[in-house]
Amino acid sequence: MSTKTHPPLIAKPQSMHFAAPLSLQSGASLRDYTLAYETYGTLNADKSNAVLVCHALNASHHVAGVYENQAHSEGWWDNMIGPGKPVDTARFFVIGVNNLGSCFGSTGPMHTHPDTGQVYGADFPVVTVEDWVNAQALLLDALGITQLAAVMGGSLGGMQALSWTLQHPERVRHAVVVASAPNLTAENIAFNEVARRAIVTDPDFHGGHFYQHGVVPKRGLRIARMVGHITYLSDDVMNEKFGRELRNAVADNATGYRYSTQDVEFQIESYLRYQGDKFSEYFDANTYLLITRALDYFDPARSHGGDLSAAFARTSAKFLLVSFTTDWRFSSARSREMVRALLDNQRDVSYAEIDAPHGHDAFLLDDARYMNVVRSYFERIAQETPLAGGAA
Amino acid sequence: MTHDTQLRTLQAIAALVPHGSRVLDLGCGDGALLAHLQQHRGCSGYGVELNDANVHACVQRGVNVLQLNLDQGLSLFGDQSFDVVLQIDTLQHLRNAETMLLETARVGRLGIVSFPNFGHWPNRWSVLQGRMPVTKRLPYQWYDTPNIRVGTFADFEVLATKNGLHLLDAFGLQDGARVAVWPNLLAGTAVFKFQRG
Repeated sequence: MSTKTHPPLIAKPQSMHFAAPLSLQSGASLRDYTLAYETYGTLNADKSNAVLVCHALNASHHVAGVYENQAHSEGWWDNMIGPGKPVDTARFFVIGVNNLGSCFGSTGPMHTHPDTGQVYGADFPVVTVEDWVNAQALLLDALGITQLAAVMGGSLGGMQALSWTLQHPERVRHAVVVASAPNLTAENIAFNEVARRAIVTDPDFHGGHFYQHGVVPKRGLRIARMVGHITYLSDDVMNEKFGRELRNAVADNATGYRYSTQDVEFQIESYLRYQGDKFSEYFDANTYLLITRALDYFDPARSHGGDLSAAFARTSAKFLLVSFTTDWRFSSARSREMVRALLDNQRDVSYAEIDAPHGHDAFLLDDARYMNVVRSYFERIAQETPLAGGAA
Repeated sequence: MTHDTQLRTLQAIAALVPHGSRVLDLGCGDGALLAHLQQHRGCSGYGVELNDANVHACVQRGVNVLQLNLDQGLSLFGDQSFDVVLQIDTLQHLRNAETMLLETARVGRLGIVSFPNFGHWPNRWSVLQGRMPVTKRLPYQWYDTPNIRVGTFADFEVLATKNGLHLLDAFGLQDGARVAVWPNLLAGTAVFKFQRG
């Protein structure tokens, strides 16, 4: 384990334009699109040390490092990826890509439709996990990378990592799939639908064409985020953090309650409203609809009559799966389904079921057991991969 | 156990595993046996382990490991899906030891079980003196032992027969050496190789 301190990793966002149309799973296509991405570390001579990191619902290509002269600009997985970190950028060339339809740089609903000259808005085509993976593959082609040492992701990012092993099995040596699932359950879809209805029924949504009205459906976005946030935490953590604590207990009665139905009374309400407000300031409503739909649609077993083992017959990668026992959004049982399908196909797989209290959010947090397993797994990958610069 | 004894015990058990087998090692610890089987006997497979530190050790060694609680059964594994299922020093920790024995025979074409033999003479001597044994092989006090199933070599033979298992080999191990004569008395470890009857 590395104990020396490393200078901060400086991240530089890049983008690549693609003129040729990308055929989407829906039958539609997207042309003249841009992918925002970042890379960290150095690609080795035989281009075999690349690790692709896929992002989840509200993250981006800014996976690790900080932006120069910008405080609090750490990448969303900066605790996992960087020099001396579990995914060590001194050994691996790590790539983060922003997905199509996002609102953080790659072509999305707030950009101009090349056919109409108008902002896409609700006309942005529905994109799927498979479409994202195909777009990521085109970026790798452009970077001259034919095979990844590993593809990695948590939650929706884990679905992309999984999909890589099914769509492009020959291009992936290892897949690290954290807190993910082979598809959404009815309950998962139900939560997404509540979020979508909150957005779509906001009077400021204007059928998805709110940009030309100069408004943002913030009320819907706030509620969508509040619902989402509840599902990322565990009951225990929420109780530990907030319990029944009041935000401002009033002094003139024994309970401290203000006996109001509309004021913020409990701390948890205050927290959720804060998270909702923050989110509605930067996230795009159409992006939220697109990404939750991509989650809903992902189901690689569907074309195999629901048989995940049959679907996984295409895989050739080695797998590390990680789940967290208190994650009820993507429960450990869902990861075990994937383990079973890999066992049925006699694939190499290791599976860590981390008994962490933090629910789905645990995949972004520092838990020594989780970090150690990922670190050791990548050390094994490094041992079979020539180092950047050549010398071993 | 000394390092040397541990190695000889590991080798004695590894020798029961046919070359090139697909192996499932239930309660695989730090993965030493699986790593040995991969390197020296051309085997492949998976370990199952609950302990976080052991899971990490397996990943460090490059051994496939699945973090599962064996008390929840082997439902992830198909019938006869492995050539060999190992339960090395695992059975005595399991609440559902009998079910797991049957599960072992269901999942593996061969089962290999080893566990501390409470019939070993120093243990008998200790009980005769009125005290539960505390030895190098069984270093725990009665109140803190993880060995919740206390059985002898002879007890296992009875359980195997009751469950219709066909014993292919049965012997004791003492200081890493095979004990074929009076293993229930002379060996600290009982080893059985079996299949479904």
